[in-house]
Amino acid sequence: MASKTPTISDPRVSLPGLDLKNPIMTASGTFGYGLEYASFGKLEDLGAIVVKGLSLKPRAGNTMPRIAETPCGMLNAIGLQNIGVERFLEEKLPALPHDTTPVIANLYACDAAEFGELAAALAADERMGALEVNVSCPNVAAGGQAFGQDPKQAAAVTRAVKDAAGDKPVMVKLSPNVADITTVAKAVADAGADMLTCINTLLGMAVDLKTRRPRLANVVGGLSGPAIKPVALRCVWQVCQAVDIPVIGVGGISNATDVLEFILAGAHAVQIGTANFMRPDTVFSIVNELPILMNGYGVMTLDDLRGTLET
Amino acid sequence: MPFGQTSTGVTHCFALRLEDPGWSHWRPGQFVMVRHPSFGLELIWGRAFSISRLVSSGLSLFIQAQGRGSERLSAANPGDKVTVWGPLGNGFAIQDKRTLMLAGGVGIAPFLAYAENHPTPHKLELIFGHRLPLETYPFDNAKTLVPEMTVSSFHERSPEDLPVFLEMVDEAIMNHATSGLVLACGPTPFLRAVKQMAAKHGAMAQLSLENKMGCGVGACLGCVIKDTKGENVQVCSKGPVFWSHKIEL
Repeated sequence: MASKTPTISDPRVSLPGLDLKNPIMTASGTFGYGLEYASFGKLEDLGAIVVKGLSLKPRAGNTMPRIAETPCGMLNAIGLQNIGVERFLEEKLPALPHDTTPVIANLYACDAAEFGELAAALAADERMGALEVNVSCPNVAAGGQAFGQDPKQAAAVTRAVKDAAGDKPVMVKLSPNVADITTVAKAVADAGADMLTCINTLLGMAVDLKTRRPRLANVVGGLSGPAIKPVALRCVWQVCQAVDIPVIGVGGISNATDVLEFILAGAHAVQIGTANFMRPDTVFSIVNELPILMNGYGVMTLDDLRGTLET
Repeated sequence: MPFGQTSTGVTHCFALRLEDPGWSHWRPGQFVMVRHPSFGLELIWGRAFSISRLVSSGLSLFIQAQGRGSERLSAANPGDKVTVWGPLGNGFAIQDKRTLMLAGGVGIAPFLAYAENHPTPHKLELIFGHRLPLETYPFDNAKTLVPEMTVSSFHERSPEDLPVFLEMVDEAIMNHATSGLVLACGPTPFLRAVKQMAAKHGAMAQLSLENKMGCGVGACLGCVIKDTKGENVQVCSKGPVFWSHKIEL
């Protein structure tokens, strides 16, 4: 009997400055500094680890309550509480499997110059894989998504980070809270971004009829979870039509099928966020399921599927 | 399995018994996150519950159905598969000294395991304040499982009863102030009162806090409280048990 060599789907993906064993990243703000989830799976199995947004100095974040559960989603107004770049580099980064899985820092600062300073501090550490610029946080008073809503400011921040980042790849995380996301995407791409992350949370709110108060102390917050997947998919598709740099899709992805849908819409890789709260091993499960699902659809490599959506 | 139900049927408590998860290391006062398949995509978070008992026959949780998640869990059927992650958090200190356990309502849950696992249970005293009928809670279990400990209960039938209960708690804390340990679990206003009384009498006290939790593992930062240094600390991973003099409440 003639033997047949079984075909095995290959989930590897190549990004500017990063070769990933699979396209599955964690989403900033949902995976702590990585170590919080180390007992639920092998961190080294992940495509990349994007850690909690970092600022130059530690930040306390917003007042409580700062999370609220809504149908198929959650609102957060954490306000970028973090331990600051110095403590991150000293205490957290050494414990992450940075030699086998790229660690990507998410950056937040109040102006372009501070973004540059932060980027320089992170890029100077050879253990950093890439930088993700947060110009889209809806939960901070200064800067935040205001940077990401103005193409000029977004471009200025991107240039400042690129100038300071040396050879580290720079991705910019875009806000969906704009009239036309492609305008900002183009401005950021023209300013030198290597990749784009689409999307950050959608601005939302929830109220409590019993107390007649907002459910978040901040009144408004960022909506994430399965509820926003159609918006994220739309944004990824639109941005992929508008720019030539790789797009990382994020928003409501909770299984391997969702991942392939985002790849089909044009994404190079994806980030898993709120779904990790639903089950803390979600991101690891998706890593395992993806090649099997690819095989089931006859997809040998993600390049074969990427952007092949027929419209 | 319902422990009891109010006449209105709106609020009820029940025990959820799960297969033994085989955890070799856990401490009384730790908690688990639970998701039932009926949560689907609609209820994003797991729900946090203190470990009530963990023995070879299984893991028991004591739950008051008062929100969307706990209500769905109350409708679970025998044989349903639930997702559980734990044991989470830090747990209560276990010391060989007179220990006063102060439980308010469903806050009685962790003290069953605590008493069962204490090396000198005759040094334990449990004071239990409750608003629902006593048979609603696993109070008799506590007496049966650990007959050596001293137990007393107080049924708060009206708001006027509260000062009487708090006076009882205050006196008990005062009696444990010099060489004992005070532990408390229950509603936040109750814990706040215990914290104030412990400070007044100079008692060493641990409080088990409850808060909305997105992840249960310290990642989402949605459950923080302020410590006395003014820093936000996660209730799920830095607690849920805190020394009362180290947190703001």
